[in-house]
Amino acid sequence: MSSPILKLVAQRVALGILLLVAVSVLIFAGTQVLPGDVAQSILGQAATPESLANLRAELGLNDPAYIRYFRWLGGVLTGDLGTALSSGQDIATSIGGRLWNTLFLAFCAALISVPLAIVLGLLAVRYRDGWVDKLISGLALASTSFPEFFIGYLLVYFFAVQWQIFPGISTVYDGMPFLERMQAIALPAAALTLVVLAQMMRMTRAAILNVMQSAYVETAELKGLSAFSIIRKHALPNAVAPIINVVMLNLAYLIVGVVVVEVIFVYPGMGQYLVDHVTKRDVPVVQAVGLIFAAVYITLNIVADIASIVANPRLRHPK
Amino acid sequence: MSNELEFLSRRVATGKLSRRDFLGRAAALGVSAAFANTLLSDAARAEGPVKGGMLKAGLQGGESSNVLDPALNLSQVNFSFGKAWGEMLVELNPDGSLENRIAEEIGSSPDAKTWTMKIRKGIEFHDGKTVSAEDVVATLERHSDEKSKSAALGILQGIDTMKASGDEVVITLKDPNADFPYLMADYHLVIQPNGGKDNPNAGISAGPYKVTVDEPGVRYGGEKFANYWQGDKIGHAAQIEIVVINDATARTAALQGGQVNMINRVEPKVVDLVKRVPGVTIQNVSGRGFYPFNMFCDTAPFDNNDLRMALKLAMDREELLDKILRGYGSVGNDIPVNEAYPLFSTDIEQRKFDPDKAAEFYKKSGHSGSILLRTSDVAFPGAVDAAQLYQQSCAKAGITIEIKREPGDGYWSEVWNKQPFSLSYWGGRATQDQMYSTAYVSSADWNDTRWKRPEFDKMVVAARGELDQDKRKAMYRDMAMVMRDEGGLIVPFFNQYIDASGKGVQGWVSNPAQEMCGGYALSICWLEA
Repeated sequence: MSSPILKLVAQRVALGILLLVAVSVLIFAGTQVLPGDVAQSILGQAATPESLANLRAELGLNDPAYIRYFRWLGGVLTGDLGTALSSGQDIATSIGGRLWNTLFLAFCAALISVPLAIVLGLLAVRYRDGWVDKLISGLALASTSFPEFFIGYLLVYFFAVQWQIFPGISTVYDGMPFLERMQAIALPAAALTLVVLAQMMRMTRAAILNVMQSAYVETAELKGLSAFSIIRKHALPNAVAPIINVVMLNLAYLIVGVVVVEVIFVYPGMGQYLVDHVTKRDVPVVQAVGLIFAAVYITLNIVADIASIVANPRLRHPK
Repeated sequence: MSNELEFLSRRVATGKLSRRDFLGRAAALGVSAAFANTLLSDAARAEGPVKGGMLKAGLQGGESSNVLDPALNLSQVNFSFGKAWGEMLVELNPDGSLENRIAEEIGSSPDAKTWTMKIRKGIEFHDGKTVSAEDVVATLERHSDEKSKSAALGILQGIDTMKASGDEVVITLKDPNADFPYLMADYHLVIQPNGGKDNPNAGISAGPYKVTVDEPGVRYGGEKFANYWQGDKIGHAAQIEIVVINDATARTAALQGGQVNMINRVEPKVVDLVKRVPGVTIQNVSGRGFYPFNMFCDTAPFDNNDLRMALKLAMDREELLDKILRGYGSVGNDIPVNEAYPLFSTDIEQRKFDPDKAAEFYKKSGHSGSILLRTSDVAFPGAVDAAQLYQQSCAKAGITIEIKREPGDGYWSEVWNKQPFSLSYWGGRATQDQMYSTAYVSSADWNDTRWKRPEFDKMVVAARGELDQDKRKAMYRDMAMVMRDEGGLIVPFFNQYIDASGKGVQGWVSNPAQEMCGGYALSICWLEA
């Protein structure tokens, strides 16, 4: 590792932090323009003017926006995300468990889908335009084209209701035995895998096919290398940057975009937590979750950037 | 009952004879299938509840923002869980009568203004303390405090003073109220140690189950409280669990897959499908909840009773009931109460769809142009469709309805109770008085039809203070008639609570007051051995 790389990495990280601050301003501003207010939403149809006024005063909703922004930012920097308006619970504590659940599910889904997508992509390249390629692409595209809830319900119908192999509801909790937990998340992980598989697979296929047109691959072919070793030794390393990019994009999706799957499988993750609090206008929670999601996106993108730099000799050794 | 039948039904209950064989032999003895089935369930009940095990419910209506504080309970999950861990002063029976719980006796002065509740001795809280009259007073104080966020604040506003003396709680009201004991059955009024003033979210009361798991929006768990004052009368399962399943399809699948033993809120459109699943029983009961079309009686053009009458007559209630609720409900009669309430007169004539008469009244009203009706998905399931069907039936009477579909966000703050003609829902109350005084007296905050009639207010107050039940019933009939013919309320239908229980669930007793056996499903049901 040479210093230009360190410099590049430092630059990316600094940019990322700047971006995050900008996002925090946006999130804060965005939550200010939501219609209705939190007191009304907490009390719903059962609100009386007196109880509304009492609640508003208690929640400090009468302070100006910029004061609330800096108060909030200061809290976030010291690890204090505040308390949820609607339940009065500490946000950091309640998010902790759910973030872990979300990451765990995303990790398991990624553990299955990423290698699977890359291997399928490689197979598709090896047998390109043959029936294997067409079958793989067809199935992957079909599974991606179905809406998530449809795939979810199909899985529930067959695996939970008809054959009763896996539970249809994935309620996990602290101290759940590992095997039970794995069984509980089997269906949501499968649904997520099916949803993200195609993009990564197609990208792997396209990136490698692109490289396969190069002169050095032809040379390798002329050297008499087998098709698989050409792909593995020559094509894959050179196609890795776009693949990493799309993998990271899908990882980010697995973390921040799984609300529908969480609802169908009743999985206690971040998405459901966010939606519950948006409907209650619970601004501190929405802000905290929004910021965490933004941080995940930005971090994964930085990782993707850095990985492509490291994987590319031309970027690694700039002239 | 013949001895042989009795013998046979007991054999079925103990599992020595199959149900089918029993029905066959009963038929051979000349007994109808319906009667034979009754015998069977009697026998199963006589056999007694099975103790122990784990009973699980999958319920809609829970969010990660919920807390255990009973004062803030609004959603179904907290409602049902509250009934499992909480104990109340009194409880509403399925037949509409009251059962004394923590209150051993309730009596009133002849003018129904001073009420004395004797607190039962020896009831223990989950934390080992004994329930005292002071705890009861503290609970009522917390809920009735002006600054309180309690949803029960409104119904407790009639309390003037309260004090504990010995094992009695004496309450004086500002005005006479014969229904006062019913107010104490409100599900928010869970008796907590020191009224929950120290920690309202502790989940400590004197109910059959102790709170063991409290994960808002995910799941709740309880274990049988060993020192429950009613012993084994209710609370048969050793452990209970509520899983929050807000998605209707997931809920049904969980019941089918056997992960939960009971669910709430089966959608009317899938009831027939769910019914066919082996082992699953649909538990539906006519409730007090209704879905009103509200007109402001003091805002043009609805300040004209001829127009209001035209709009009432132009509603095809049967069609709406059939298409929106798939028949799982009962038609409304433009009054906010129905036969599920005590002291209801069933002889009030049912208003029918009559486009000709509607057209006549419409012409008489002199109104022209279209009438704006606001609706939204959040008003009730199917509210948008209901508005469209109503638009069509109005067209048959020559009345033009313009529908405005409002966003769900802010519907309760910007549209309901603000706009002169909109759709809404009401959950129903324990008594007719509560329903009328919550929304149909001049001073009510929630007077969502702007029904402000001093003479009607007087009728409400008079009926409230009347201890003679026959007179009261007649008074409620008079009120209903005024409301029906002059009010701003159009009621297409009352809904039903549609729950479902799974394989082996016994002991279910539906309660018209609320879903899930009035919230007690987990406490009164058991799993067949």
